[in-house]
Amino acid sequence: MAELLTAHDPRGYPPKVVGKRLAQRRESLDGKLLYLVDCLFDNSENFMRELEDWFAKNLPSVTTRLIQPRQSWVDDADMRARVACEGDGAILGVGL
Amino acid sequence: MLLEEAGVPSVAVHTNVFAGVARATATANGMPRTRQTFVPQPVVDLSRAELRAYIEGSDPTSGRPFMQEVIEALTSPLDAEDLTGLSFDRATPRLLAPDSEGNLQRLFIDNHWTDYLPIVLPTEERVAAMLKATSHPPDEIVGRMRPTSFREFWEYTVEKVAVNAVMAGARPEYFPVILALAASGSTAKSSSTTSMTNMAVVNGPIRHEIGMNFGIGALGPYNHANVAIGRAYALLSQNLQGGSVPGESYMGTLGNGLAYSACFAEHEEKSPWEPLHVQKGYAEGDSAVSVFFGLRYVQEGYGPRETWQEKMRRCLSAGAHFPPLLVMDPIVARHFVERGVTTKQQLIDWCAANARLPAREYWDDQWVQTLLRPLAVAGVEPYASRLKVAPDEVVQMFEPREINIAVVGGEAQGAWKMFGARYERTISVDAWR
Repeated sequence: MAELLTAHDPRGYPPKVVGKRLAQRRESLDGKLLYLVDCLFDNSENFMRELEDWFAKNLPSVTTRLIQPRQSWVDDADMRARVACEGDGAILGVGL
Repeated sequence: MLLEEAGVPSVAVHTNVFAGVARATATANGMPRTRQTFVPQPVVDLSRAELRAYIEGSDPTSGRPFMQEVIEALTSPLDAEDLTGLSFDRATPRLLAPDSEGNLQRLFIDNHWTDYLPIVLPTEERVAAMLKATSHPPDEIVGRMRPTSFREFWEYTVEKVAVNAVMAGARPEYFPVILALAASGSTAKSSSTTSMTNMAVVNGPIRHEIGMNFGIGALGPYNHANVAIGRAYALLSQNLQGGSVPGESYMGTLGNGLAYSACFAEHEEKSPWEPLHVQKGYAEGDSAVSVFFGLRYVQEGYGPRETWQEKMRRCLSAGAHFPPLLVMDPIVARHFVERGVTTKQQLIDWCAANARLPAREYWDDQWVQTLLRPLAVAGVEPYASRLKVAPDEVVQMFEPREINIAVVGGEAQGAWKMFGARYERTISVDAWR
């Protein structure tokens, strides 16, 4: 029978995950303000402009507003506060 | 997810290859039901018409119309799971269940804890021997690390670093250098699609104490200390940050051979110039390790010959937005001195002044667009000034403070290499003895 060895677990210590709820959804987007958040990835602004145009043609009752954070991949608290204060919803893209 | 917390119904759009990463990130944030929709990869370089086709097409992960998913994500009523999120404890055990050598080797590979080469099993005895090489207690927190800016930090102790050092085959005398690298908090296993990794440059008396190579073959793989320290840095990065698994926590599309091990010592004795750690504020008698991030491109040259300036200009301008770490044999450094370049700073200044591209080419780089253009638009210098340059005028690509030089090699050839690598920081090795 092979000798049994005891080895250490090589992984670090992860933070505990605390569940967070999603925001309450609107029944409809009619008459609502939707922020289109351009994440600043290369070509994402063009994607968001097309999305803006899609809403204008297909759901004209929805107001869309394009917005950009001050930097790529950095949380922009000011932008977030503005979206939270004025927006009824947000679409973020494209990218992680 | 921060917008959801602020009460704003949100939906994120990703390209489909990031589905695994996006879902893992949402789960690690306690919000696994975050609304996410997907379009095909790529988005970069597509025309507006092609992007419009994505919008009017289907989500490739679900097969359902993309815009229908977007609208539903913002309007469909929430269920019980949406209202609670997911809480869980991912605590890792200190020790694994006893098993045979073969089964444990297999377990480490199956759990993505190795670089797929055999490791030294971190038994209690081996880890205890490693811990004797530092005065720091096993339970002291060394730092925290994460694979990218949108993932959560994981924390680690001296003992956890020792475990990974054992796995890499490191000898206990290397441990202070490995602890210093862990304390940098800079991961050598970035999840970036660009396949970045890190390089470590060691300076000071520790080079001699642990038998590092700064002569022939220093960049590897021809010295136990160099290779084992570099490998330990790579392994500890992936294991202490919570993984480096393709499709989940690693997205480097090509991969990078330097991610196995990239560590060398500077040849201070043969360099005519100031050692790297002294440039970074340490005394010559201090031992320290400097960390460079990226290693996206490697170029090489010989000399300096008569046309060295033209050659160097071509290499400098080929590197897009990642600044150069110039690594040169002592022969090259001495030839530069003979040509009047008496300090590293002189050559750094020359490189900064001559790393230039027409603005049209500079701004057409994907990463310059993604990372630097927003700063330029926001008025941050020097990027704002670069954005004002006419398309056919040249822009200076790097500031002198971004460029670094290290002298290494065995004088077998007047060779130099240029790595696209951003300087992160220099950490004291002595503080971890």
